[in-house]
Amino acid sequence: MKNRAFDKELKTFRLGGVHPQDNKLSASAPLAQLPLPKQVTIPIIQHIGAPAKVVVQRGDTVKVGQVIAQHEGFISSNIHASCSGRIGIIEEVMDSSGFKHLAVNIRVKGDDWLETIDRTDTLVEEISLSRDEIVARVMEAGVVGMGGAGFPSHAKIKVPEGKTIDTLIINGVECEPYLTADHRLMLEKPREIIVGVRILMRALGVSRAIIGIEDNKHDAIELFDEWLREDKQIEVQPLEVQYPQGGEKQLIQAVLDREVPSGRLPADVGVIVHNVGTTFAIYEAVQKNKPLVERVVTVTGKDVKQPSNFWVRIGTPVIELITAAGGLPESTGKVVSGGPMMGKAIADLEVPVAKGTSGILMIAQAETKRAEEYNCVHCGKCIEACPMGLEPYRLLLLSKAGQSEKSKRENVLDCIECGSCSFVCPSNRPILDYIRLSKTKVKKLK
Amino acid sequence: MSQSLLTVAPSPHIHTELTIPQVMRGVIIAMVPALLVSVYNFGLGAVYVTGLSILFCAGAEWAICKFLLKREPTITDGSAVITGMLLAFNVPSNLPWYIILIGSLVSVGIGKMSFGGLGNNPFNPALVGRVFLLLSFPVEMTSWPQAVATWSLDGTTGATPLGILKDGLRAGETVPALMQQMPSYTDFFFGFQGGSLGEMSAFALLIGLGYMLYRKIITWHIPVTMIATVFVMTGIFWFIDPTRFASPLFHVLTGGVMLGAIFMATDYVTSPVSHKGMIVFAIGCGVLTVLIRLFGAYPEGVSFAILIMNAFVPLINTYLKPVRYGRKK
Ligand code: SF4
Ligand code: SF4
Repeated sequence: MKNRAFDKELKTFRLGGVHPQDNKLSASAPLAQLPLPKQVTIPIIQHIGAPAKVVVQRGDTVKVGQVIAQHEGFISSNIHASCSGRIGIIEEVMDSSGFKHLAVNIRVKGDDWLETIDRTDTLVEEISLSRDEIVARVMEAGVVGMGGAGFPSHAKIKVPEGKTIDTLIINGVECEPYLTADHRLMLEKPREIIVGVRILMRALGVSRAIIGIEDNKHDAIELFDEWLREDKQIEVQPLEVQYPQGGEKQLIQAVLDREVPSGRLPADVGVIVHNVGTTFAIYEAVQKNKPLVERVVTVTGKDVKQPSNFWVRIGTPVIELITAAGGLPESTGKVVSGGPMMGKAIADLEVPVAKGTSGILMIAQAETKRAEEYNCVHCGKCIEACPMGLEPYRLLLLSKAGQSEKSKRENVLDCIECGSCSFVCPSNRPILDYIRLSKTKVKKLK
Repeated sequence: MSQSLLTVAPSPHIHTELTIPQVMRGVIIAMVPALLVSVYNFGLGAVYVTGLSILFCAGAEWAICKFLLKREPTITDGSAVITGMLLAFNVPSNLPWYIILIGSLVSVGIGKMSFGGLGNNPFNPALVGRVFLLLSFPVEMTSWPQAVATWSLDGTTGATPLGILKDGLRAGETVPALMQQMPSYTDFFFGFQGGSLGEMSAFALLIGLGYMLYRKIITWHIPVTMIATVFVMTGIFWFIDPTRFASPLFHVLTGGVMLGAIFMATDYVTSPVSHKGMIVFAIGCGVLTVLIRLFGAYPEGVSFAILIMNAFVPLINTYLKPVRYGRKK
């Protein structure tokens, strides 16, 4: 008999970590379909790697799921029409990071899907595709890492030449405060996610998978444990609540006690990590032939009327989500795409939801003010917090002094930009701002 | 509201509530139990010395900012109040006001502001003031009022347990004989002994430690390591020759070990930043304390030990790096 997840000792990563307030306000809001917008603006690059090449023209009619931009090379990703209608202008627009990128506008008309896509809710458990077919299907479907990084998923399910993978880790941590998209997905689509895990296992040729879930999502742990009672290969690992557990390197350390050497990939220590959202998208791609055209987005904030979790078509303007959750609260000072620790503040509410948009967070004016900055008091709290074992206070000083060589020697490039140091500094020093500056300069050194 | 008013700033977008003023307030609260014991023991003297010391230190910082540095006074961060309290905790409760004034000026003026204020001073300001006073006013700084609950300002004075020990041993007496003349360990623990204003009661100081640990203001590394080091090292000597060396319990319960380990060595600014560094630093503080106590000219060595170790902090910070992720050799 298999050990129940609750009998297991909670694990966590060894270095650093902080405990911001959870504020999972939308945890009990079931997934709801966001009404179709009048138009969508689909960014052509939503992933790490080469931009895709637009294959439609203004005036074309498209169906949901139709390719509108073709990947260029292996590390690249397809982009599909997320709504049916007529192609509008194709031009550069501001994305949620404030950068200008090419985007395709679609005037939405009806909801007309490609016939090849299985839109039913029926669970398809039987996996009939081979390893290579799975990779091809995932690539075709334009699935990218949905935890935010946006690395093309097909490239992460093909075992790199000369490497052996022994364990697949599924990231169900969702350690960012406020966000509940993955949590809800786990609660509502556990069986689909489990099939997704099996697909990944087949593609990677591994016989062991571990789903890491933080202890603040008891219901999800219980649910997966229940569905996996008879499964000998997939297990659930409950984790202590600690930020940034969802960081790939931290999760690998927490679950397997392995460390990814600096500058290397998880595959170098025999591990591949996929997020639950991505795993679900892979299920849909492989079993339902459905490309990545929609995702779950948490819309939340302390003053938001109805904190929600919506199924949103890619390219939907952020303002539509906010309206559906009860409108922009009077108090709002900042709107963040993503979580409060690593998300990006957006200036324009017309920016579209992308494949990596996990949440829209509205923060009150009063909370956005940066408090008074003091001298560094050498309290060591930033060091204590840093999950990479760096000395953030020193990196800030080196950055201010423009000492790129020294910063490099102090391993500034290892920084995962989790923000724990800035979060915890009692002197309110903008540590991460300076570290980012320094990273850009150090990268230029080479 | 209009969209253009949205703030666009880099992540993280939230911040801990434990900011400098909160930290300082927490430390002040943690010192209250020890202060109350002093008030109980020394009556108005404790109130008077502590009040003056806080006033002088905060005033000195305000005046230096205002008139010498010509910048916005920084006393709102609360650190000058802590310096004032710590200075008071380290002097006898019958110290005349002008000595307190000098001590405060040295602490804040030389110990802190001359280096650029909070965060830049290499030495613990209160200890700088204290040691300066000890060297300049040896008589006043070592006439200890005895712990008798009195509300008058002039009680009787006498030596501290450590002083009795040192003088007795010099005069050729043995430790067991000297112990006869002293209060019990329970009295030491609860604070019925002679000594500096704030070092009386291990019990009260430990409550403060518990509070600071609970509020996550400090970690266990420095206080626990320093107290343990003193305990183990004096224990070894005591084991070798109990007639010449007092017991480890005596050493941790008397004098400034608790006060030093909990409130002075843990000063953010003047202690190392990494856990490894903190442990090395605290071992150093403990070892030096014991060496001074057992073999030095002074009966007590905590202040000197911490000041000496303060000087090594930059070195410790440079060489004792935290454990890096993914860089195992
Ligand atoms: S942002 Fe970088 S330096 Fe700061 S805690 Fe995270 S990894 Fe460490
Ligand atoms: S947390 Fe802030 S004050 Fe403390 S050492 Fe780091 S930078 Fe300095």
